[in-house]
Amino acid sequence: MQATPIIACHECDLVQREPTVPADGVARCACCGGELFRNQPDALDRSLAYTLGALILFVIANLFPICGLLAQGNLIKTTLFGSVLALWDNDMRLVAIVVFFTTILFPGAEIAAMLYLMLPLRFERVPRWFAQVFRLRQAVRPWGMIEVYMLGIIVALAKLAHIADVVTGYALWSFGGLIFLLAAAAARFDARVLWIRASLYHA
Amino acid sequence: MPRSALSAASLDLLICHSCGQLSRAAPGVHEAACARCGAHLHVRKPNSISRTWAFLIAAVIAYIPANLLPVMETGSIFGSQSDTIMSGVIYLWTSGSWPLALLIFFASITVPALKIISLVYLCLSVQFRSNWRPKDRARLYRVVEFVGRWSMLDIFVVAILVALVQFSALATIRPAPGVLAFATVVVLTMFAAQTFDPRLIWDNLDKKHA
Repeated sequence: MQATPIIACHECDLVQREPTVPADGVARCACCGGELFRNQPDALDRSLAYTLGALILFVIANLFPICGLLAQGNLIKTTLFGSVLALWDNDMRLVAIVVFFTTILFPGAEIAAMLYLMLPLRFERVPRWFAQVFRLRQAVRPWGMIEVYMLGIIVALAKLAHIADVVTGYALWSFGGLIFLLAAAAARFDARVLWIRASLYHA
Repeated sequence: MPRSALSAASLDLLICHSCGQLSRAAPGVHEAACARCGAHLHVRKPNSISRTWAFLIAAVIAYIPANLLPVMETGSIFGSQSDTIMSGVIYLWTSGSWPLALLIFFASITVPALKIISLVYLCLSVQFRSNWRPKDRARLYRVVEFVGRWSMLDIFVVAILVALVQFSALATIRPAPGVLAFATVVVLTMFAAQTFDPRLIWDNLDKKHA
């Protein structure tokens, strides 16, 4: 029964007719102003493209050093995982786990889940465990904090700039790009369209 | 804006938070499985208010050591020094980096405190069946949900500083117990925001529920 244009607001529970919105417009709840959905042309294609880009930058951001410190002729570099290890080695294991989850595991899981959901749909197939992976992506999303980590890098480097020479690494730049691509991919990720397509191809 | 009685709950409809589909439930039934995606559905998040309170109280308790205990120790040939979040802010302020000082003060001290206060207020307003400015309260909830993550800033700063300055001849930086308390506050307040059900704000306005 996909034709029923009746929806309810997630934030205030008001039942309403699905409003028509222009392309790139946002449908808002008549009562509380919460976002109902966005009308995005080519949502699947665009979101998929951004996600693929995000995947590439995510890999680079994890493989290369983020930044380094030049002190007395020695260059000390760190990667993303290096900062997790440093906490672990200093007996801050719980905090190390939190940092690992919020900057590596959850963002990675979000990207992987989005690809897993959208890539087969693009070719008119519904992947196995569609609903479960969809929910996993939803659960993981608020806990991915790469943009906060990026700001953390900037603050840390600004603090150290007083005492030593600071060097930036490739990963820092890919981090910056990753934030924009992942945000764009998530903004284009249209649950409505995905579910309609999924039930269409399923039949 | 006058609100009619057309909440999904009053029509025995359950909305799926995963796929958005409305499912019909038998009258008086509060849980079901989504007809489309099989997700577990609830009329309202179960025990929303008491769970939010539990997370909030735990967060308030952890907020104290988070601010009193040092978050990192700097050791150098000139001796060692412990920094709490506030002393780090003061150091930045006096050394002339006032934009950074403001940023950290805002993200690490103001945001968690305002977040806890806002959620306490939202819980109380629901419990006392307030009808006061529901739209603004809904907006407040959205802001709380959005800004919470930024409090992790200081944890990440410490993680990077520790990684960069641990083998250096100049100094060593080690994380101190305050980091753990601080991370706990951030995680607990995020859970508190997630367990709060914003639809409760509107339930008092629905005549059928009152």
